[in-house]
Amino acid sequence: MLTVKHLRKSFGAVLAVNDVSFSIESGQILGLLGPNGAGKTTTVSMVAGLLTPDRGDVLVAGQRLAGDTDPSKRRIGLVPQDLALYDELSARDNLRFFGALYSLTGRALDTAIDRVLTLVGLADRARDTVKTFSGGMKRRLNLAAGLLHDPDILLLDEPTVGVDPQSRNAIFDNLEVLKAEGKALLYTTHYMEEVERLADRIVIVDHGTVVADDTLAGLQSRVATVGGGAATLETVFLTLTGRSLRD
Amino acid sequence: MALVPIIAMVRKDLQLFFSDRRAVIMSFLVPIAIASFFGSIFSGPSRNAEPARIAVAIVDQDGSAISRGIVAGAQTDKNLKVSMPTERDARDEVKRGKTMAAVIIPKGFGEAAGKAFFANGDKPPLGMLYDPSHAMELAMVRGVMTEHIMQAVSQEMFGGDQGRALIEQTLPQVQDSTMPDDQKRLLVEMLGSVQKFYNQSPARAAGSAANRGITMPYTVREEAMTAGSNIAYNGYAHSFAGMGIQFLLFAMANLGIEMLLERQKGLWKRVRSAPVSRLTLLAAKCLSGTLISLMTLWVSFAFAMIVFKVRIEGSVLGFVGISIGVATMAASFGLLVAALGNTPASARGVTTFAILIMVMLGGAWVPAFVFPAWMQQFTLIVPVRWAVDGIDAMTWRGIGLSGAVTPIAVLVGFTIAFMTIAATQFRWEEA
Repeated sequence: MLTVKHLRKSFGAVLAVNDVSFSIESGQILGLLGPNGAGKTTTVSMVAGLLTPDRGDVLVAGQRLAGDTDPSKRRIGLVPQDLALYDELSARDNLRFFGALYSLTGRALDTAIDRVLTLVGLADRARDTVKTFSGGMKRRLNLAAGLLHDPDILLLDEPTVGVDPQSRNAIFDNLEVLKAEGKALLYTTHYMEEVERLADRIVIVDHGTVVADDTLAGLQSRVATVGGGAATLETVFLTLTGRSLRD
Repeated sequence: MALVPIIAMVRKDLQLFFSDRRAVIMSFLVPIAIASFFGSIFSGPSRNAEPARIAVAIVDQDGSAISRGIVAGAQTDKNLKVSMPTERDARDEVKRGKTMAAVIIPKGFGEAAGKAFFANGDKPPLGMLYDPSHAMELAMVRGVMTEHIMQAVSQEMFGGDQGRALIEQTLPQVQDSTMPDDQKRLLVEMLGSVQKFYNQSPARAAGSAANRGITMPYTVREEAMTAGSNIAYNGYAHSFAGMGIQFLLFAMANLGIEMLLERQKGLWKRVRSAPVSRLTLLAAKCLSGTLISLMTLWVSFAFAMIVFKVRIEGSVLGFVGISIGVATMAASFGLLVAALGNTPASARGVTTFAILIMVMLGGAWVPAFVFPAWMQQFTLIVPVRWAVDGIDAMTWRGIGLSGAVTPIAVLVGFTIAFMTIAATQFRWEEA
């Protein structure tokens, strides 16, 4: 469903992403891991069409993504790391606005809003302003806003930052439902246990390049442990990216 | 351009605007309050024929017929509001700014002024105390007092006791003088004629007393050049134009700063990830800004029309055109703020300064006609100047649609320039 080919992006003299490639099939969750400043968000931004790659291509169902108004962007949903919501508006008004950006109107928009609010468990708070929501509720609404136009591909940039275990678990349940519906999910996070639970495949990037692209079991097999058992993902991650502090 | 996203963005911006109570107060109530204040200062009297009077104190230390005539003349002058304090009180009043000027007529002024009127005697000094913050009024007081002094002195010298005594005193001196005979004869004849005039019957003298002396050889027929002969200048029209424009610029700068905040909050990532063109985004922002600006301006003017009887004496179409022109210019200024601003905090400081400079030079606070000539020319580079002048033209000046064409064209030009800079400088890429 999503193919990323040889992406490269630099900001002045800083090479943020260099020759990054991976692909995600429908009904698959790909975990994108990397230390701070590794190039995860830059990669997600290029896939979402927020940044123009210096080189390389993003293919959506085989079609090259090009330009702001490329119809293929309708097949991508973005859940940014920030709580990208208008605090002064109600949950429904937020979703009404974001849905309209994808030209959803009238009954189709109302149906989409009801669907995503039900999915994230906020149907009874639809008329409340976002500023009255807890952090976890805002995170769930942030997810809902990315799902309004029923995208085939969902880009999730650290979607569980700062939420309590209950909300995090609820988000995981939502993602598993979406996976079951056949959507392709690109999931970036710093939390190893989230990737261990959710991801079918894991891509680890460091210094802008892909250092590993494998299943969890495949990654674990690369690192030998003292007792001979399976290494944790964190051990694998630190082995591949090193222990030096990052930005 | 996709219409649905544009409508959605405009509706969202309007919802956000009206949900922010502070923004609404700043945009609607504050300009009305400040414009009402400025309007009350600059509107002057209610009708054109009745100017504001200048407070002047006169201290008459002379008590002569001439000084009493000066005081009487000043008291009947429609330009002056005369009080008669002691010298000490007069000095205190001027120093405290309660009186703009004080005229001190020293002892012996009348006699000395009379002598100086016909001969080359020493001219007596007239004391003038003034408030240095009212230089313009001082010039006017000086002119008005000159008129009354000349009238009082000449009136006394051509018919008063002092003039009579001066002639009687002067005639023997002339006859005994050593001047040439022909000149002496002519001068004696003239003074003799004046003396005969003095000695005419009391009834005739009384009848002509009012006409004696030097008076202004003309009268002034004043006509305020406003929209019509029966229409008074309404200073509220100017103050509401100025303050309305100032605060719609503030509202639009705030819109630009909100865009920077949206970027900080990651909202632009979500917006930019949608299949919406850059032109659509800019057009939607410009449209919502224009609507908010128009509301700000028109609500202010509606208030002015209802409460202060401000009227569009010129072209209504021209007024609407200039309103839309200034609203789009302000909206594009907001986009410029969003494009050039680094952070909301830094942008707020810089734009506040820029707006205050623009409205000050644009004549929004005080009319541009009080500026020095060079500044009146220089400030034509400021868009606010065209907006204020254009609205003035359509309201109290009562100029037709032709008077709106140039301001509209200039405002559209500024809009295009601001939009072009904003579109090229806007950070479209979201890392």
